[in-house]
Amino acid sequence: MYSFDIERPTRLADAVKLLSDASEAQALGGGQTLIPTLKQRLAMPEKLVSLGAVDEIKGICTADDGALCIGGGTTHADVAAGAGAYPALASLAGNIGDPAVRNRGTIGGSLANNDPSACYPAAVLASGATVVTSSREIAADDFFDGLFATTLNEGEIITEVKFPVPEKASYAKFEQPASRFALVGIFVAKYADGVRVAVTGASEEGVFRWSEAEAALSSDFSAGALDGLSLAGDGMISDLHGSGDYRAHLVGVMTKRAVAAAG
Amino acid sequence: MSQVSMTVNGKSASGEVEGRTLLVEFLRENLGLTGTHVGCDTGQCGACVVHVDGKAVKSCNMFAAEAEGAEVTTVEGMANDDGSLGTIQQAFQDHHGLQCGFCTPGMVMSAAALLSENPNPSEAEIRDYLEGNICRCTGYHNIVKAIMAAAGQDVSHIAAE
Repeated sequence: MYSFDIERPTRLADAVKLLSDASEAQALGGGQTLIPTLKQRLAMPEKLVSLGAVDEIKGICTADDGALCIGGGTTHADVAAGAGAYPALASLAGNIGDPAVRNRGTIGGSLANNDPSACYPAAVLASGATVVTSSREIAADDFFDGLFATTLNEGEIITEVKFPVPEKASYAKFEQPASRFALVGIFVAKYADGVRVAVTGASEEGVFRWSEAEAALSSDFSAGALDGLSLAGDGMISDLHGSGDYRAHLVGVMTKRAVAAAG
Repeated sequence: MSQVSMTVNGKSASGEVEGRTLLVEFLRENLGLTGTHVGCDTGQCGACVVHVDGKAVKSCNMFAAEAEGAEVTTVEGMANDDGSLGTIQQAFQDHHGLQCGFCTPGMVMSAAALLSENPNPSEAEIRDYLEGNICRCTGYHNIVKAIMAAAGQDVSHIAAE
């Protein structure tokens, strides 16, 4: 790793100030991606601002409108244990990485990184969640901005994610066993006003909504409604774990599995 | 360099660290607690698992500065007060839960975390919990058997592998 300073504020306001004061400062969530990235010298921050001691952005609660609100600094393990009001989300969190990773990694860190194979982006996009930051609220449809990119500004910290709780939902993950990321992951969520389907792990542009599947499932929420629908392999991630065509095929298979599991 | 202080295996410990000093480096190099191993250094293998405030974490994937004020337990803290092996450690010895031993500190710490969450896990639950701990010698069978035995389960019917 290149050398850097590390700060560990206990208040959100101090974290925001520290990030804005230094020119090459970066927020540190649980570090389960950022620290390996630093080890490979793929990043060279002057200063890391650890959010680990900022208790005000941790925890889970239910808002007046019924939405499940999860603090940006909440670990995957705490979401798995505490998001019982949204079982598909709790299940997703409980299958990220391994237990030790889940004890450190955070929802805010995962979303800010927007790895194209990460699990949380699928849940946020399929739920039409709202990403709350230190300065504004961003709708899920406006948040993800391509490979490892989001519409967050420099120094903006994810403080909370608000998930409307669906009538039915499920996350189907075809796991890449070495990395434990999704080779393809599908999050299906059925709301009163329609069904949303988000796909992670497949596209070179990162998480996306499969609109044809959403239309089919909104009129008939059954695996059979997806018969005949498919995506092209063009623009899909192609690597030694699977070709673009293979991933495109998996999207169809895993979407059916997700719908079947949602019941 | 800055000062960091924490409690390690019940004793207060402090030292000078850089921002980039990993917790595992602080434990091994500053405190001489070399029981915690660095295997892959990428967060995959679990040889570096320790407990921070009671939770299993990969100490190669956490900065020492982030453990300021924390209660850290390493494999050295798993022995009984008289220096004899703790229950989980003894079970690993009794059931041949190791061969080369490199992964064992992380296995013991993950096992301890599992048993504190779930005192009577099934074989499937043990295998699932050890997803982030890689062993290249044993094929895992005797590790799983040792953890079942440490939980007080009868493992006499499980054949030696």
